[in-house]
Amino acid sequence: MATADEIIAARGELTREQLIPLLQEIQEAEGFVSQAAMSRLAEALRTPVSRVYGVATFYNQFRFAPLGEHVIQVCRGTACHVKESLALAQHLKRRLKLRDDGSSADGRFTIISVACLGACSIAPVIKLDGEFYGHLTVERLDALLDEVEAGAEAAA
Amino acid sequence: MSITINGKEIDVAANETVLQTARRAGIDIPHLCSLDWAPSPSASCRLCVVEVEGLPRLQTSCSLEARDGMSVQTHTPRILKARRAILELLIASHPQDCLTCVRAGGCELAVLAGDLGVRERRYVGAVKEHPIDISSPSLWRDPNKCVLCGRCVTMCHSVQGIGAIDFVGRGFQTRVAPGFSVGLNVSDCVYCGQCARVCPTGAIVERSHVEGVVAALADPDTVVVAQVAPAVPATLLERRTKTQDVHTMLERLAGALKHVGFDAVFDTSFAADVTVMEEATELLERIQDNGVLPMFTSCSPAWVHFVETHRPDLIPHLSTCKSPQQMAGALIKEIYPAYAGLGDKRLVVVSIMPCTAKKFEAQEQTGVDYVLTTRELDALWGRFGVDLAHFAEPAPLDAPFAQASGAGRLFAGSGGVMEAAVRTAHKLVTGHELEGGPRVNEARGSEGARHFTIAAAGVDLNLAVVNGLGRLQETLDDLLAGDPPVHFVEVMSCPGGCVGGGGQPYDTDGDAVHERLERLYDADKRSSLRTSHDNADVRALYEDVLGRPLGEVAHRLLHREYVDRRPAVDSVSV
Amino acid sequence: MRESQLVTPCCQRCTHAPSSPCSDLLECIDHGPVCHDDETCREARAARRARALRGGDGMVLFVGAGTCGRANGALVVIDKISEYLGQHDLDIPIVETGCVGYCQREVFVDFVTADGVRLSYCDLGPDTIDEWLEAVFGDGALTNRFLLGRYDDPDELFPDVPALADTPFFALQTKVVLENCGVIDPSSLDAALAAGGFRGAARALTTMTPADVCDEVIASGLRGRGGAGFPTGKKWQIALKQPRAQKYLICNADEGDPGAFMDRAVLESDPFRVIEGMLVAAYAIGATKGYVYCRAEYPLAIERLREAIFQCRAAGLLGKDILGSLIDFDITIKQGAGAFVCGEETAILASIEGGRGMPRPRPPFPAVAGLHGKPTVLNNVETLANVPAVLGRGAEQYRDLGLGDAAGTKVFALSGRVRNTGLVEVPVGIPLREVVYDIGGGAPAGHEIKAVQIGGPSGGCIPAHLLDVPTDYGTLQELGAMMGSGGMVVMDERTCMVDVAKFFMEFIRNESCGKCTPCREGTTRMHEILVDLSERPVGDQMHRLERFRGILHLQELAETVKETSLCGLGQSAANPVLSTLRYFRDEYEAHIMESRCPAGVCQGLRVYDIEPGLCTGCTLCAKNCPNEAIIGKRKFAHSIIVDRCTGCGACAEACPKHAVLAVA
Repeated sequence: MATADEIIAARGELTREQLIPLLQEIQEAEGFVSQAAMSRLAEALRTPVSRVYGVATFYNQFRFAPLGEHVIQVCRGTACHVKESLALAQHLKRRLKLRDDGSSADGRFTIISVACLGACSIAPVIKLDGEFYGHLTVERLDALLDEVEAGAEAAA
Repeated sequence: MSITINGKEIDVAANETVLQTARRAGIDIPHLCSLDWAPSPSASCRLCVVEVEGLPRLQTSCSLEARDGMSVQTHTPRILKARRAILELLIASHPQDCLTCVRAGGCELAVLAGDLGVRERRYVGAVKEHPIDISSPSLWRDPNKCVLCGRCVTMCHSVQGIGAIDFVGRGFQTRVAPGFSVGLNVSDCVYCGQCARVCPTGAIVERSHVEGVVAALADPDTVVVAQVAPAVPATLLERRTKTQDVHTMLERLAGALKHVGFDAVFDTSFAADVTVMEEATELLERIQDNGVLPMFTSCSPAWVHFVETHRPDLIPHLSTCKSPQQMAGALIKEIYPAYAGLGDKRLVVVSIMPCTAKKFEAQEQTGVDYVLTTRELDALWGRFGVDLAHFAEPAPLDAPFAQASGAGRLFAGSGGVMEAAVRTAHKLVTGHELEGGPRVNEARGSEGARHFTIAAAGVDLNLAVVNGLGRLQETLDDLLAGDPPVHFVEVMSCPGGCVGGGGQPYDTDGDAVHERLERLYDADKRSSLRTSHDNADVRALYEDVLGRPLGEVAHRLLHREYVDRRPAVDSVSV
Repeated sequence: MRESQLVTPCCQRCTHAPSSPCSDLLECIDHGPVCHDDETCREARAARRARALRGGDGMVLFVGAGTCGRANGALVVIDKISEYLGQHDLDIPIVETGCVGYCQREVFVDFVTADGVRLSYCDLGPDTIDEWLEAVFGDGALTNRFLLGRYDDPDELFPDVPALADTPFFALQTKVVLENCGVIDPSSLDAALAAGGFRGAARALTTMTPADVCDEVIASGLRGRGGAGFPTGKKWQIALKQPRAQKYLICNADEGDPGAFMDRAVLESDPFRVIEGMLVAAYAIGATKGYVYCRAEYPLAIERLREAIFQCRAAGLLGKDILGSLIDFDITIKQGAGAFVCGEETAILASIEGGRGMPRPRPPFPAVAGLHGKPTVLNNVETLANVPAVLGRGAEQYRDLGLGDAAGTKVFALSGRVRNTGLVEVPVGIPLREVVYDIGGGAPAGHEIKAVQIGGPSGGCIPAHLLDVPTDYGTLQELGAMMGSGGMVVMDERTCMVDVAKFFMEFIRNESCGKCTPCREGTTRMHEILVDLSERPVGDQMHRLERFRGILHLQELAETVKETSLCGLGQSAANPVLSTLRYFRDEYEAHIMESRCPAGVCQGLRVYDIEPGLCTGCTLCAKNCPNEAIIGKRKFAHSIIVDRCTGCGACAEACPKHAVLAVA
């Protein structure tokens, strides 16, 4: 997997316009954006570290700590809200014993609340490890989590 | 070109905003975020809204170009209502410790609340809960008092080119902080304090030394002496003191300081004269011995800190001279106890400076115990009941450092160190004074970078003056690669020099700085002593104590070493 | 990357190539060859066109595999189909399409018979696809329970099957922007070209001046489909008049409005239409560089757009000297990083430049000084997707698509408590009732529509009794809503309007960039008041009084935020609050005066009780209560301390005996 240094080097000549794409690429490769990576980026772009950090903390996308093994994005858009997505979020919180940082007590799951996943017609939706699941109920969500957990056990 | 404001026609200049036009016409439109130094208005505080004929929405006057024929209303009921509502919102999330806040009495937010008639906190709810940062030896930050106007960010990035702090996070959680929200002491901050000078509230303030000074003054076993930087009297003349010139002001200040308990008061300009002797000698030696050139001045501690933390490769270029503050401190501590017969009494040196970075310098070196900024002086006057405007009991400056030249005074402004050094260097090289008088016009002015050449005994001295750290970073490559090579560069961290320092009175426009500079030029002109090398006290000092410039004693007392303070990159936590 | 057959020369006499583009390219695809007369070439071109149009030779299968299709199992369906075809030695190509708009009934599979009639099946999924395959390929039963309708059937081979366009969901729609969505292969330039793509661009670039194009778009009445509805042609004209050499065009695909997903669907289903629109816009303003600023939440849209851009470059439809017009234009994709405010045009600029996506004051408008200070036009996806239709059909015909004074069509994203969810494209000005009831099918059985929320966080809620109003920009604004991007969320009696206001205010508070005072501070205060209203008053009478004062403050704050905010996000942030206050004041009053949520949604007002007769004292409720609000001894009936209860319902969920009941 490419390191932040390699990703930066691969870009060739750098302009400020590339700050966000580079942060995205680093996060893609490393799962989150570390302080070391941001420092390197600041150096490469000849811009203060405070600006890189200011930009990174502005956008929801960037994470500053590693994610859990499984990432669940819970859509909290209007259509999902009207179809009771809050109940799903609360259920996840209870079932996975979420800490304040959004990861489960065992660190295996990370829950991210998303403003809208843009799949309103099949609300309520979540995205589990990149796949959309629509028309969810607490029961279906449980079944889904059971499956993920069973899969993990089978693999182990 | 003209516009109509509240029914009156007012001429406008090109590229002027409605806010600026109104200000010229004596109409004050409240504003928090706009700053003359900002490259473009942020229009974020929204207080400066006005009504413009033909536009349905309120417009921010800070971002609105005054265009011929425009008709503007600045204080209609609709506007007053909007401004008051905005201020109420700012106050709702603001801490309620106004009575004990360092800005009490002078807080722009509180003044606006009064002006706009906000006399109640109607909204209850979440307040900000950010950690307070007291890590820096120079500046303390309380982000909870921040109104996110962004002036500090503008100064730090756009003016000074440092970028130690920026907006972090988003929405209600937005705050101004260094990268990774670390303490200022481990950030890119160079302690220049320009952020603090423009902050409308108590969100960024100098680390106060007032309590330490008061305690020292109260201790009968301690002798407390002050040294006063020349920028300070040049600035205090702005108060209604009925005094016209810098020297008189300095003596009145000395009188007031003695009144509150200081045992002696010295003029840092004296040490500036010593600095000139050392620095001019060092420069000539470097030129003769093919030493590292260009040589940069080392008077401005934020600039020195910049080199040590951002560009340690430049350390060989820095003059090894201590700053005048530290030279004065070292000389006082070396000579004064015996001179004044202090016996085993403790000596405390307090310097009164226009600068916040001097606090850091005082912590790193031994010459000075406490540093009070020009702003902190007010706290001292308040504590001891001194009304400077009416307090007219001048005191002469104290021996053995009583005399200072006009050249030494010039240190307080951009170009002043250069001018003083040129006067002396010319004498050292050629044996006679500058032809055409001591004034060095080329060093004066407010441009960001000024290059000029002085011919002395067949040698062309290539000189440069850089006004402010922001401009420095833009011109640094040119200075280092200069063709013909540049010999000597004066760098002052703050725009305008020390008179525009980070410890100076709160200020959001540049005019005051310019006036202070003029007062210094005037002080120099009036002075009968205009060159450092002719200062009799300085000569006596060299004869009695120091020997010759750069000599062994001078080296021990007046010179220093620098360290590479760059954090090792790999130690950054992941 | 797939190579285009349609732009490939028919013989050596045809010289079209990206390096030497031919201005007759599109004409040549339709009726070519133009430059020489040869029957063989003409036949070869016609055959290619026919093949591209139907998706392949012989039988063809189309599977709707946009994001919603995939969420309903489209990829599994494709796997199962190919497995089945393999087992049965059937050589039938499977083409992935985007979304036909009827998301409620995904997965859609279309089957093109050997005779060329395309039949459309829906409600398919991993569980039912086997049944369908067996019916179609085993029993030859083309008419089965999954069949929804058919496309053109000139020979009347299926007289009993209704035309898809006549089925209730589609009958009232006028498809312009969505005409190809779910119909053609979104990753094939040939499919787009065969379906009429790039004719509008060809007309603009080869027969019109930029000023003509602006005039035509102005005459068409096309207005921005992303929010404020500024006339598109006028925006272009302003940028055209700027003397600067470098100009930029930005396609705003940062579709952040919760409840709107038409931009995603168009990018996933017909990316070439957006590229064509951008090409026309770039020509009209003189831009040589374009950006698509797309949300990172839309990976499939980005993937398909990227592929489409590659194909257009290879075919000479992007790049240098496009269609021999001496016009250069290329497109870069920028991924958003999760900030709703980046839908605001000056915030997009800041974000593309690599900064915090904070809006800046206007003027100067981006059309005068935008990206890197250069003139820049920003149009949203749907606006640009309308452009080919304007140029293709002509301004007058396009304008006439709208009802009354309104011009063109608008895509609405229908979701929430309505039977048929999905994307619908209707003439601007159609009564709201027709969209919600005739197309959407009304509320689910046994329920009643209470309101329709239009325009996302900038919009408002229109109550059921006003549904007969026309959906045009002006009317919606008068009612306190706005067209916005066209999200339409239907609410029934199970929705609490105070909760809806709170929901939007939380959204805006979270998404406020924090730059300007009224939006940053005001939305926080408004949200706090709404939270307070939706919770039981605690302690003394003062708090009850505070709650009452809250509603007065709410109105005042709403007006301040609206009047003084820097950008559109803040200026419209109060709309959901103001519109619910306007139409559903009774619900607010029930919350304040009676501490009661009529819809039973507000958890903080819910009161639970444990029925002692049913409780066995198993302690599960107490164990699950996050607030230690339940007391009781093992094996004895438990009870709830109402003051500590936050109404979360964890106890009710945990109780195996259903002894915990919501009493209010």
